[in-house]
This record gives sequence, structure tokens and C-alpha cells, in this order.
Amino acid sequence: MKPRTLLAVLLPGSALLLLLGAATGSTGFSLDLPSTILWDIRLPRSAGAWLVGALLGLAGAIAQGLFRNPLADPYLLGSASGASLGVAMTLSFIGIAPGWLQALGLTGAAFIGTLAGVLATLALARGAEQSLRLLLAGIVVGVVLTAVTQTLMTLSPEVMRTMTAFMLGNTNLLGWRSVALLGCALALSLATALAASRALDALSLGDATARSLGLNLPLLRALLVGAFALATAASVAQAGMIAFVGLVAPHLVRSLAPTTHGRLLLLSALVGGALLLGADVLSRALIAPQELPVGIVTALLGGCYLLVLMQRRSP
Amino acid sequence: MNKLLPLLLALSTLGAHAVSVKDDAGRSYDGRAPQRVVSLLPSLTESVCALGACKRLVGVDRYSNFPASVKTLPSLGGLDDVNVEAVVALKPDVVLAAPSSRVAERLGALGIPVFTMDAKSYTDVRRVLLKLGELLDLPNAGKLWDDLEKGVAAAAQSMPARATGVTVYYEIASGPYAAGPTSYMGELLDRLGARNIIPATMGPFPKISPEFVVRADPRVILISERESVGLAQRPGWNHIEAIKRGNICLFTPEQGDVLARPGPRMPKAAQLMADCLTLKSR
Repeated sequence: MKPRTLLAVLLPGSALLLLLGAATGSTGFSLDLPSTILWDIRLPRSAGAWLVGALLGLAGAIAQGLFRNPLADPYLLGSASGASLGVAMTLSFIGIAPGWLQALGLTGAAFIGTLAGVLATLALARGAEQSLRLLLAGIVVGVVLTAVTQTLMTLSPEVMRTMTAFMLGNTNLLGWRSVALLGCALALSLATALAASRALDALSLGDATARSLGLNLPLLRALLVGAFALATAASVAQAGMIAFVGLVAPHLVRSLAPTTHGRLLLLSALVGGALLLGADVLSRALIAPQELPVGIVTALLGGCYLLVLMQRRSP
Repeated sequence: MNKLLPLLLALSTLGAHAVSVKDDAGRSYDGRAPQRVVSLLPSLTESVCALGACKRLVGVDRYSNFPASVKTLPSLGGLDDVNVEAVVALKPDVVLAAPSSRVAERLGALGIPVFTMDAKSYTDVRRVLLKLGELLDLPNAGKLWDDLEKGVAAAAQSMPARATGVTVYYEIASGPYAAGPTSYMGELLDRLGARNIIPATMGPFPKISPEFVVRADPRVILISERESVGLAQRPGWNHIEAIKRGNICLFTPEQGDVLARPGPRMPKAAQLMADCLTLKSR
């Protein structure tokens, strides 16, 4: 398939899914609804799910290109553990914490936590120059921050339930304000990543070749890590951790329509959006009027897809 | 007559008293006492029903299962995965929720009044009942609380002298996590005259070292059936007096609900504990 064909399928596909998202809810499939439910609940939630998926797809594509590792996903570089720690700290110190910290709420805490996690990783790796160093630093930061989170949970076990519920992927609470924030994050991170995408093409030939091409690698790398951090932080803060979308979206694009990194980034975002919105519609419909957390649906779908891919490629 | 109709309508709405109450987060509910109520916390569901307003409930969370009549109401999801859309579709006058629930913010943004209340301790039960009484415009909350306190006192008096002062350990989850004296269960045990092996300084539900229990050597252990598997096989626990003598009170999941929900079934919870302590202190 040509990248342009994929794009031509994805755009109307996403619009169709959005329509489906507006029609699917606790009462089954119908569009004959009070306007609050349609305009204030289903539409922002569906648009929000698409945006979160797009951010994850983009972050996944950046990470896989940057680390030249097909298993890289948005929750690398200490981002996920940073978000958990931010949430755990807000919950544990609620009441004692200064006012501005409480005003941020859990979403703000998760956002700052994610950025702090990535920054700590960058500091530990002394910048974004060496991919391997960055990856290792990310693992170290992840382990250490998780240990701190677990210490907090041991000291005040009553925060555990709220905290796990926050981190478990959920698109249920997305409103128009979240959509606006997610939209800004996507526009900013996508533009930055596209501008720096030539570095990813060069990097796929190896560091030495990339340097010999005369690109300002340190700057481009820093821009890419920045776009990655912003995309991940916005999605984790608004919807918690959602498995597999960031990992699978770039793989899908590469297997359907192999192309350069610039197009891969854009298409991965679109595929991620369609994937998550589709999973979200499923999660509402499967056991309606109750719903499954969307993270469970994406984990099942993504797991099956990777299994199929593995079987197809095995000798 | 035509001119009188709006006036009559206005008068009929005045019949239901206007109320003005502040919730635990400082949000105030002003207006007619709510007639369509959604409860997203089992203990709040039980309190609404104990106040005699069960009929006003139009929806509850997945875990609300008492009294039996609430099981027929629409189930709106768990504490943290509330189905916002289903709540809005019910057009409730007010939604009762725990303060930690994130859904409060979202529902508030959609223009649905949310009333949050923390129900974690013995004194919380009193505050919740009185506030709910005010909110729902029911006069009997004070009397109900008096009855509950009398019920707890009666449970304490039903215990023989030998059962008071007995040392107890209440495990709420393997880990092990204990119910300390400042937890709801701990407060009830305290009122029954039992001595909790956990010091109050450790907080409501501390994670403790298994060795701590062996050294404190409680006479009686309280634990749910589900968590009790392999209790005696834990290293060194065969030396604990409660285990040597078989002084272990096991609670069924239904009894566990009674014990863990700070609400109007408080006397029943106290009586469950009192019966067990009486039986196991022989």
C-alpha cells in the first residue's frame, strides 16, 4: 500500500469512528439522545480518545526511530514511573501539600511527573546524544522512581486504590477542556517531531553516517525527546497508561506502507488515534451498560496483533 | 384560574423545603431537597436507606448491595470507573460520592450537583448521617445516630468480663496490612474493650512486619475467610497464642461488608465482633 492510500483510508475512517463513538454508549447504539449526552459526554470523550491515541502513536514512532529499537514505546525514559510518582505524591501529601500543588490536581501532577521523569533521565544520560545511554538511564530512573512510589504506598496504603485507578487507562472522564489540552499538545509535538524527522532517517543509517551527513544531531535529538515527552505527558495525564497503542501503531504503518520517518510519524499518529478510538467504542459496547477500562481492550487487541505478527515472521 | 396556576405550582415546589448544606469539599448544595439521588459509595447508599429515603435512590455503584432493594437499581460502575453517561441520563438531583472520586469533578462540569462525603471512621458515620438528614430534609437523623450508639453500647455490654481487655490483631489483607486503632474496625474494637496490638501512631491501615504479630502474641485474630488461607503456616506464627488455641474469627464476604463499611450497620458490626470475642476468649 502507498502511504497516500493509507492516509486516504485513515482520514474518513477516523471520521466514521468518531460518528460511531457519538452513537455508542451505555444505552447501546443510537443517536436519539439528550444533547448533553451527545455534546458534552460522547463527543469530547471520542475526540479525546482519538487524540490520546494519536499522541501515543506519535510518541511510539519517535521512540522507535530514536532508539532504533522496534520494542520502544511511549512509557520509556522514566515517563510512566514519573507520572505514577507525581500522582502518588499528590495523593499522599494532600492536605499537607502547598496550595498550588493541590490546585494542579492529579492530571497536573501526572503531567509534571512525566516531564520530571524524562528530565531526570536526560540529566543522568548527560543529554540525548547517545541512544543506548539514554535507554539505560531511562531504565534506572524508572526503577528508582517506582521504588519511591512503592515506599509512599507502603507508608499510606489508603492511596493505593485511587492511584492504581488513575494509572489504569481510562477515557471515561475526558471533557472539552481535556480535548483542548490534548489538541494543543498534539499540534505542538507533531510539528516539532516532523521538523526534526530528517534526523530519524539519518539515524537509521547509524550514528556515524548521520553525523557525516552534516545534520545538527544534538539539537534534532533534543527536539525529538522534547516532542516525545510532551506527547507522553499529555496522554498519561489525561487518560492514564494505555497499553500497546504506542507500540503497535508504528508497526502497523511500517508493515502496511513502508515510508520515510516524516510520513511514518504522521501516519502513526493517525493509526494510533483510530486504534484507541476503535478500542474505546468497543469498551463501551462490550458489556454495556457497564464498561471495560479501555486499557484492557487495547492490551488484548495489541497482544493478539503482536502474536500474529510474530507467527508470520518466524522462520 | 389561569393566573392562579403558576402561583399554585410555585407553592407546591415550596412544599419541599429548600435546603442549604456544605459537603466535605466545601461545595454547597442549595435548593429543593433532592428527590432523585445517585449514590456512588456503598456506605452512603446504606445511610440513605437507613434514613428511610431508599425510594429516592435512582442509581448506585457496582458494590452497593445492601439493603437488597438497591440491587435492582441501575449499576453505574465502580468507585473509579463510573459510567458518566449513565449517571447523566438518570437526571439526578444530586450525586453522592467519596471525596477521592475523580468523577466528582467531571459531573460537576456537566452541571450535576455532586455532594462528597468521607465515611472512614466512627465519627464520620455521625457526620454523614446528620449531613444526609439535612440534605434530604429528613428529621430522623439525630435519633438514628442515637440508636446506633445504643446498639454499639449494647454489643459491648453483651460481652462477659473475661472478654474485655483481650489482645487482638485484625488483618485486612495479607501483606500483612493491619487495622490499627484509628481505623473504623479498630475504633469498634476499642469500644468493645479489646486491646489492639497495633499502636495508634502507626495509622489506620499500616503494612506491618509478620514478626511484629508474633512478638505481640495476640489472644484473638480477626480475618476474612478469603485472607485466612495459610495463616498458621506463616513462619513462626504457630507460636502465636491465637493460632495455638484456634482463636481465629473468620468472616464471610457479607460479614466483611458489614465490618468494613462505616455506616448504619455499625451495631451489627459491633455485635459480630463482640460475639466472636466472647466465643474465643473462653
